[in-house]
Amino acid sequence: MTDTSLKYSLFKLTMIFLGGLVLLFIIAPIAGMFISNSGSGLAEVSSNKDVINSIKLTLTVSFFSTVIFAIGAIPLAYFLARNNFWGKQIVSGIIDLPVVIPHSAAGIALLGFVSRDTFVGKAAGAVGLDFVGHPAGIAIAMAFVSVPYLINAARDGFSAVPERLEKAALNLGASPARVFFTIALPLAWRSILSGLILMFARGMSEFGAVIIIAYHPMITPVLIYEWFGAFGLDYARPVATIFIVVCLAFFVLLRAVSSKKK
Amino acid sequence: MLRITNISKKFSDFALNEISFTAEKGEYVVVLGTSGAGKSMLLEILAGLVKQDKGEIFLDGSDISHKKIQERNIGLVFQDYAVFPHMSVRKNIAFPLKSKNAGREEINSIVERLAGEMKISHLLERNPETLSGGECQRVALARTLALDPAVLLLDEPLSSLDASVRFEMQSMLRKLNQNGQTIIHVTHDFFEAAALAHKIVVIHEGQVIQTGTPKEIFNNPKTKFIANFTGIRNFFSAKRISENIAILDDKLKVVVAGEKVGQYTNAYFRAEDVVLSKNKLESSIANEFEGTISEIVPNVNSVEVIVDAVLKISAIISIQSYEKMELKTGAKIWVGFKASTIKMV
Repeated sequence: MTDTSLKYSLFKLTMIFLGGLVLLFIIAPIAGMFISNSGSGLAEVSSNKDVINSIKLTLTVSFFSTVIFAIGAIPLAYFLARNNFWGKQIVSGIIDLPVVIPHSAAGIALLGFVSRDTFVGKAAGAVGLDFVGHPAGIAIAMAFVSVPYLINAARDGFSAVPERLEKAALNLGASPARVFFTIALPLAWRSILSGLILMFARGMSEFGAVIIIAYHPMITPVLIYEWFGAFGLDYARPVATIFIVVCLAFFVLLRAVSSKKK
Repeated sequence: MLRITNISKKFSDFALNEISFTAEKGEYVVVLGTSGAGKSMLLEILAGLVKQDKGEIFLDGSDISHKKIQERNIGLVFQDYAVFPHMSVRKNIAFPLKSKNAGREEINSIVERLAGEMKISHLLERNPETLSGGECQRVALARTLALDPAVLLLDEPLSSLDASVRFEMQSMLRKLNQNGQTIIHVTHDFFEAAALAHKIVVIHEGQVIQTGTPKEIFNNPKTKFIANFTGIRNFFSAKRISENIAILDDKLKVVVAGEKVGQYTNAYFRAEDVVLSKNKLESSIANEFEGTISEIVPNVNSVEVIVDAVLKISAIISIQSYEKMELKTGAKIWVGFKASTIKMV
């Protein structure tokens, strides 16, 4: 072994050690929580109707919020990937805004936008929809904080599709819409799918913005908070554990789907 | 017929200025220029992918300068082929036919025919990622031909192919043209142009500097740039000071043959016509100069010797002569060339 490779391996070991500390930091609390649960507590909670309903609600609302907002977010991502215009940096900044502001503040902002006495709230009220305390309101809160993940991932995906392929398709007689659906979308699909997964996962774990718009019906993060406040750590912990398992299951499943597309 | 008049386009790092030329129906036109001369951009303008700042494009008499890309009937094969990586070869070739809403049977028969012509029938179900560069190019060519374009544009189609595939593709392109396909092909290689073109358009610094048949351009290069392209090493600016005497590059007086006095600005002579000798010759050669060998460049069948004799003069001699004369860089040598070998242009 030469001196350089020795140095390199020392360097490598240091890197592994430091990186390992961070990984441990992520794993330890979650593992600790799993260990401190009692089997009977978990069994009891997993058959609790409130818990089951809240998990169902969380997954469903996050799913629909992802799908509905994707209809606008994907075209926006494509537009941003393919066009340069004055103020593009500002638009990109606006898209990232929900990521950097406190989510409770986002909830307050959203409430001011969709509550019953606003224009949007009244318009929705006219068709019998009330965002406050309604799954639609939860969906909006989830989308607000999670849609940047989809837009950014999809934009990166579209940017990675060589423009030359789109030019070739146009030259071969395809309309811009056909170019989008047959060239850009299939080639960027992996990135879009991982963006969808991120948005879905981020949406279902949202707490701050949701609790302000809709305390009820209760999504699981709100339920965990309420049980913690009302009954303490021992009651909240099994719900948290079960919800993390559900989140992880979805996350692993969708990751597997997206890596298969490779 | 495709007629291009005064096409101009400005970019941050280069510009096309007033490009004009025509491609008759069935003609093979090669646009020759160094890389970065804007040749690819010109093709994209013709195809409608980039808008020109100025100028018109006429196809069979009608102005297509502002027509949509999809309606121009001009097919472009990109330098990197731009084969769709997520579609099989069959789907790639069928792509333009689907844009035209052709029926399934029609699509299949056209795809099979083109694949046969391009000798890629055995690759139809393959994924482009598993194909070689030459195979990808045939797929791209078949795909563009499926459009049945009035004019086929080729961007450096032979530059990234190895010698054997290159030769095959060259004959395929010639055959395609013989079947009536109008082709505009851009390249930086004069010999590729000479092998295929009916007409060569030379572009330099964004402008057309000469247009003509390969023979016309080879025998009568208008500028040093074109001369270098055609492989002429000894090309100088020239001033005729008397009937028989000219000054090359304002430095070297040479005897020229008694051609008619006219508006000549340049002179050239072929490196093959330059004679090297260790001593001054008592001969009929009118131009003899002593110089120093500055560089020796071996070629496959010959050796190029560059002699610094006021001007740098290049001589191409056989390997046998080179070995017999035991030439070395830095050695003194005499260069000679007959007055009649100097061409004033």
